Amino acid sequence: MSMNSLVRSAAASALVLLAAGAFDRADAQTKTRLTVYTALENDQLQPFKSAIEAAVPEVEIAWVRDSTGVITARFLAEKDNPRADLVMGLAATSIIVFETAGLLEPYKPAGADALKPNFRDTTEPYTWTGMDGYLGVICYNTAEAAKAGTTPPKSWKDLLDAKYADKLVMPHPASSGTGYLMVGGWLQMMGEAEGWKFMDALHQNIAVYTHSGSAPCVQAARGERVAGIALDMRGASEKTKGAPLEVIIPSEGTGWEIEAAAVVKGSKNMALAKKVADWVATKGANELYSKTYAVVAMPGVENLPPNYPAGAEKSLIKNDFAWMATNRERILAEWTKRYDAKAAKK
Amino acid sequence: MTAAVRPVESLVTRSASLETAVAGTAILVLVCGLLVLVGFPLWSLLSKSLYVRGEFAGLQNFIAYVTTPALSRSVINSLFVALVTTLIVVPIAFAYAYALTRTSMRAKGLLYATALVPLFAPSLLPAISLIYFFGNQGFLKSWMFGGSIYGPAGIIMAEVFYCFPHALTILVAALRLADARLYEAAEALGASRPRIFYTVTLGGAKYGLVSAVMVVFTLVITDFGIPKVIGGQFSVLATDVYKQVMGQQNFEMGAVVGVILLIPAVIAFLVDRLAQRRQVALVSARAVAYAPNRSPLRDAAALALCIVVSGIFLAVLGMAVWASFVTYWPYNLGLTLQHYAFEIADSSGWQPFFNSLEVAALTAICGTAVIFVGAYLVEKIRAFPVLRFVAQFLAMLPMAVPGLVLGLGYIFFFNAAWNPLNVLYGTIAILVLNCTAHFYTVPHITATTALKQIDPEFEAVSASLKVPFWRTFTRVTVPISLPAILDIAVYLFVSAMTTVSAIIFLYSTDTKLASIAAVNMDEAGFTASAAGMCVLVVLASMTVKLLQVLADRLLLDRLQAWRRR
Repeated sequence: MSMNSLVRSAAASALVLLAAGAFDRADAQTKTRLTVYTALENDQLQPFKSAIEAAVPEVEIAWVRDSTGVITARFLAEKDNPRADLVMGLAATSIIVFETAGLLEPYKPAGADALKPNFRDTTEPYTWTGMDGYLGVICYNTAEAAKAGTTPPKSWKDLLDAKYADKLVMPHPASSGTGYLMVGGWLQMMGEAEGWKFMDALHQNIAVYTHSGSAPCVQAARGERVAGIALDMRGASEKTKGAPLEVIIPSEGTGWEIEAAAVVKGSKNMALAKKVADWVATKGANELYSKTYAVVAMPGVENLPPNYPAGAEKSLIKNDFAWMATNRERILAEWTKRYDAKAAKK
Repeated sequence: MTAAVRPVESLVTRSASLETAVAGTAILVLVCGLLVLVGFPLWSLLSKSLYVRGEFAGLQNFIAYVTTPALSRSVINSLFVALVTTLIVVPIAFAYAYALTRTSMRAKGLLYATALVPLFAPSLLPAISLIYFFGNQGFLKSWMFGGSIYGPAGIIMAEVFYCFPHALTILVAALRLADARLYEAAEALGASRPRIFYTVTLGGAKYGLVSAVMVVFTLVITDFGIPKVIGGQFSVLATDVYKQVMGQQNFEMGAVVGVILLIPAVIAFLVDRLAQRRQVALVSARAVAYAPNRSPLRDAAALALCIVVSGIFLAVLGMAVWASFVTYWPYNLGLTLQHYAFEIADSSGWQPFFNSLEVAALTAICGTAVIFVGAYLVEKIRAFPVLRFVAQFLAMLPMAVPGLVLGLGYIFFFNAAWNPLNVLYGTIAILVLNCTAHFYTVPHITATTALKQIDPEFEAVSASLKVPFWRTFTRVTVPISLPAILDIAVYLFVSAMTTVSAIIFLYSTDTKLASIAAVNMDEAGFTASAAGMCVLVVLASMTVKLLQVLADRLLLDRLQAWRRR
């Protein structure tokens, strides 16, 4: 093969590949495509898409899904030229950041008033609507617990037992929203002085603070640790897959977070995006949420998904999201000073 | 008829000035291209380090960061991990490269390909394997002597795995071309073996060695994938960026750490310039290709070393393959194929894998052309020193930039409402551009190393024969450098297959890539499916590598006959 024909065939194959790429995306243009940024679980995307497209037949939902941190950072970075029509299934703490930055379109879905008060935007103008709630739990590996000789914890304080030394794992609050949710929850339910004292003691037992919010429960499920402090749905899904896991809600109650939806300011498909936002507050949508979440926005829609702990709704502490947001920098600085400045432990 | 004479003279000067004009334009295009690929996106993020909540604040962020006690530890941790990894990787990689190029050991092609296995794997793969080997449930947990894999030990092990092929590629390129006459002369002068090794072999590879050290060091400093998954809370600079940007959406502080991370790159650039000044061409126009003679003892030792190193790599890979078939590790070790039904774990199923193939192929084709031509312009053109310096700097920069920083910079620059290039946003094209930019440096070094070893005499002769440089380029330079060019293409292909950190901000619904799907599946607890996706990526990359080995053999027969005596 001569040099020239080598170059030529390389260029030709580049063109073919580009053309193939363009062609792939040229079909199915009859419906309007709405780009939705989301942190929903991957296995939820298909049922959600089908349900939305059935309710609003003119749209085709195109998900961009990643972890909460990635989606939030990406959405904020794109703020001068937004690419999403909606955000959906994203932590309310992130959505409130978007709202404060003026990136959301003021819109109140038709059925929003029927939802539980703490699942609705309370600041004017109204921009976001809650969908479901998830809560901080202890993912407790019964097989490893038997080896370590521990009994299932009932209270957060039970985790301070020396038997748990280096056998606990939780998300790093500066890296993961889940981690901050737990820290903020403890400070609110125990009071600041008591809360820090609790974390000082807990720190002695924590083997590692992970950067990912879902890693603790996965590590507990794999037997890397006896217990992981994380969110309920990951524990339930690992148990369903066959992990010897128990999902425990401590008796004092627990920190929790809302997943919400909102229309993005500057969407080029505003009317359709608002229609989808209307769907978010319908009973049908809430019934869909309740298949995978223990707590949903609409009163009366109740279902306990497989392997969820009972009594989730009652255990929700009075969570002041505004307080969580305004005190974040201070709390993280204090946390870093106390637990991050030490040399890494095993 | 004086007019009849004049056209001949002016034709000569015109062709010379035409050549200068073409060269100047080409370098200018290169610099502009690099500015768009690297310079502007970086600036649009890093300039944020001077702002607090949108207000210009000078160095306030830097002062705030430096006075945080956690910082000094992140810096020390980063330096420590990078130093240890470099000290482990570079000597072993040099020995391995020496075995591949300067001994008569068997199965060189195969052993070279095996040593590149880590390059074929997303960084998630060693992390999963190491946890299965050395984690609290791991098979070889006792080897850790009570220590933990979650921390510096795990980071260093995974980084060694990740960096080895990068160093090896550079060192093989540095050792591949050698002038046998130097060895003959040394022997004739009665130089001892160690002395020949020290003065001829090491002397010739000095530039490659310095580059390898710099590349490994900066790769470790900027990598965040490995410390994120296996580092626990052992904080390094790259995870500090992650904490600021992903954890707290603080782009300004993230940019501060990004700027600090550039310091090693700037040092690397300066060291590189210094080392380069001392480098002399190894392959002169009269060079005789070096062919290693047989030496049973040396060849056996070389083979043993290569088998041990590649054996370790294969074990890490093998563990991931096994992990992808295990039903539920560690509680149900029955084997199953179900984890390859990716749609259970990720609604896009197998599509990301095919997207990855497309992006990788395009990056390999377009990127190689741009990078090799660019390196040629920087290295072989005599005029326009300032532009060439700028191009060289921009080419060395991407290595020092954590993917996270580059990815965010791409959003700020390519998504800006004023930027006409924003039509690219959300397409395959931006992923290709980003991959080319992100992985620019190592191929650039490979190309420059190869080009440096070609005697400038070729250009001098061409010039005196009035052959324009582009003809010398296609007739002489490209054929001589073909092995290096193929190396570059394969490197770009596999890097684009495995990368996560930059493109995580840039993919869209239709352009999700395999490595990202793997990370997402792992986060969601589908470790086996994640391992499976990683294995597919490895298989695709390996196939391409094997094709290269075959192509190399064919090309060596056709175009590289001069290498043989």
